[in-house]
Amino acid sequence: MTPVQGVDLAFWYILGISMVLLFGITVVMVYFVVKYRRSRNPVPSDIRDNYKLEIIWTVIPTLIALSMFYIGWHSYMGLRTVPKDAMNIEVSAQMFAWIFIYDNDKESENELVVPVNKAIKLNIESVDVLHSFFLPAFRIKVDAVKGMPTYAWFFADKVGEYDIQCTEYCGVNHSAMVAKLKIVSQAEFEAWLATESD
Amino acid sequence: MTATPSFYHQSAPPGLTGIKAWLLTHDHKRLGLMYLGAVFFWFVLAMILGLLLRTELMSQGRTIMGSGMYNSMFTLHGVIMIFLFVIPAIPAIFGNFFLPIQLGTDDVFFPRLNLFSWYLFMFGGLFAIISLFAGDGFPDTGWTFYVPFSVQNSKNVGLTVTAAFILGMSSMLTGLNFVTTFHRMRDKRMGLMQIPLFTWSLYATAWVQILATPVISITFVLVVLERFLSIGLFDPAKGGDPILYQHLFWMYSHPAVYIMILPGMGVISEIIPVFSRKSIFGYKAIVWSSMAIAIAGSLVWAHHMYTSGMSDVSVFVFSLLTFLVAIPSAVKVFSWVATMYKGSIEMTPPLLLALMFIYLFSVGGLTGLVLGAVGTDIHVHDTHFVVSHFHFVMFGGTGFAFFAALHYWWPKMFGIMYSFKAAYVGAVLTCVGFLFHYVPMLILGMQGMPRRYYDYLPQYETGNFLAGFGGYVMCLGIVIMFVNLLRSFRQKVPAPADPWGGTTLEWKIPSPPPVHNFIEKPQIMDFPYDFKGVVEQSQQNDR
Repeated sequence: MTPVQGVDLAFWYILGISMVLLFGITVVMVYFVVKYRRSRNPVPSDIRDNYKLEIIWTVIPTLIALSMFYIGWHSYMGLRTVPKDAMNIEVSAQMFAWIFIYDNDKESENELVVPVNKAIKLNIESVDVLHSFFLPAFRIKVDAVKGMPTYAWFFADKVGEYDIQCTEYCGVNHSAMVAKLKIVSQAEFEAWLATESD
Repeated sequence: MTATPSFYHQSAPPGLTGIKAWLLTHDHKRLGLMYLGAVFFWFVLAMILGLLLRTELMSQGRTIMGSGMYNSMFTLHGVIMIFLFVIPAIPAIFGNFFLPIQLGTDDVFFPRLNLFSWYLFMFGGLFAIISLFAGDGFPDTGWTFYVPFSVQNSKNVGLTVTAAFILGMSSMLTGLNFVTTFHRMRDKRMGLMQIPLFTWSLYATAWVQILATPVISITFVLVVLERFLSIGLFDPAKGGDPILYQHLFWMYSHPAVYIMILPGMGVISEIIPVFSRKSIFGYKAIVWSSMAIAIAGSLVWAHHMYTSGMSDVSVFVFSLLTFLVAIPSAVKVFSWVATMYKGSIEMTPPLLLALMFIYLFSVGGLTGLVLGAVGTDIHVHDTHFVVSHFHFVMFGGTGFAFFAALHYWWPKMFGIMYSFKAAYVGAVLTCVGFLFHYVPMLILGMQGMPRRYYDYLPQYETGNFLAGFGGYVMCLGIVIMFVNLLRSFRQKVPAPADPWGGTTLEWKIPSPPPVHNFIEKPQIMDFPYDFKGVVEQSQQNDR
């Protein structure tokens, strides 16, 4: 299972159970309001508690919550465990642009180009205030902090263009701090890497 | 009923007249109403700001304002809503008014300090306004004031955080007053398990206010020191820690979420039993869950920081604790629903709003699970999903509880009734508009639209347009609700002492209450939610 699939599975698991719970609570609530309305049920029963029921609805949600914790944590591990053969790219965040720096010192502004079928590790740092690197298509996000390097990785499995956005508010042009990820064939990538920095 | 003058006609301390009877009062009821006036002003202002923000986002590119203005506006919307509406609304207004009455006493333990808290609140608000115009333009850091941005920022951030500092003082002193009143002023015959749940929730809240607020106050002082003296606490170049600020900020601001929601839960725990004519289900479980939320909620702050670059061990611990704090909230929701089982339910505006609360708060809580789980949070952190989630909790939860409390206690506070029909129309429009407003944001967030974005990529336009449309419907509903309440002052339909059939002490005294609350010693029931008397009374009336 790829990290993206892992995260999506966690989404489906948590949202699915949540939908069932929400539906259950709402239906029971509306049913009670209609069934026990005063015109039909003028004399209420006097029920104050039921320990058995209360224990059940404490223990079962606890187990559900723990299972959600586990699946969430497990999917996170997928996002943190970088394959050994990953290609390293340095990312420098600044007001209001993303600079990508490759092994051969090539720099690229707001355009991250990577070869297909390769694991990519991004080493991220900020030169000024906090920013956050968000690549929705690959479910990764990590803050760019000045003086404290962070990382994220993804497996470039399909040729195409994807959006990169800054998700830590960084000032007046925060929403314009967007970039593109381009996944291209190995040959195209090598040709691009050999061109001069712009 | 004997002709005892209400607190409107008698001042405390005695002998004050006119405006002085208000501005120098020690009466917790008058102070509650004074908070109501101030909070109402701030709520309407911040609501208008919010509507302008969503209008700007209804189409791509510039719609009605530039990005600088937009950034200032969401900062103001956040600061005002958090510090001047959601935190003070229920405790300062309804807590001040009803906590002493529910405890069977005539005022809070420190009445003068209570007045002082109100002045601090007004003063803090005034400072917030001054900070807008005193520097090079409106502050634009977001309500979170993250460093290093807030330290480098040229706007008048120093004054804005000072305002928040002063408001924190007001909040702490109110908390102190509630804790002391709870212990020292309570009717001697009222045991701990005979206290109404609204008061219990305020008690739990008060402890969080007292213990957590100093952390944010000190943090704000540090921001001001950094701005003027560049000490370097948060600057790694000087040996500081770049994410220390976030820890300090959330160490208060996450518990603050419970300062905001616990009193709302207390309101719902009053309303559901009264209109079901049936004891709250699991009284003790609700009391304990309030205290559990207050304690456990103080240990989960770093779940706001999974992407911050802190260690994976911290991420593990905080995610686990976060899931555990979800349990007491779930227990409360189940207890409220179970309370209605075999009740005798009368639909009224406060009950309708309380039911809406349960639904919206459940959505808020359940979307919180997505954010508590690490892998999923990484994707939706700082996106519109989060914006939607906390509005479901803060607005769908606390906001609707506030509306419900207004409609529930309005007859008691002012001695008049309002029109039910208009209240229903307002409530339904608000709720429908709410869903149209915030559900698209949940989807936008999952699609990857970040928060605090002045502009966005083309694929997000439809969702933003829908959300804006929902915002207008919601605001229309709120306006109808408020106008209806205000119209009741003109219609002056007198309210009886107990229009709903309540069992807690505020319903045993005249509406509006006399200045010392109780004309004779109140009778303390063995159990605060015993409706036998109410049911017998209504059966006699039917015969």
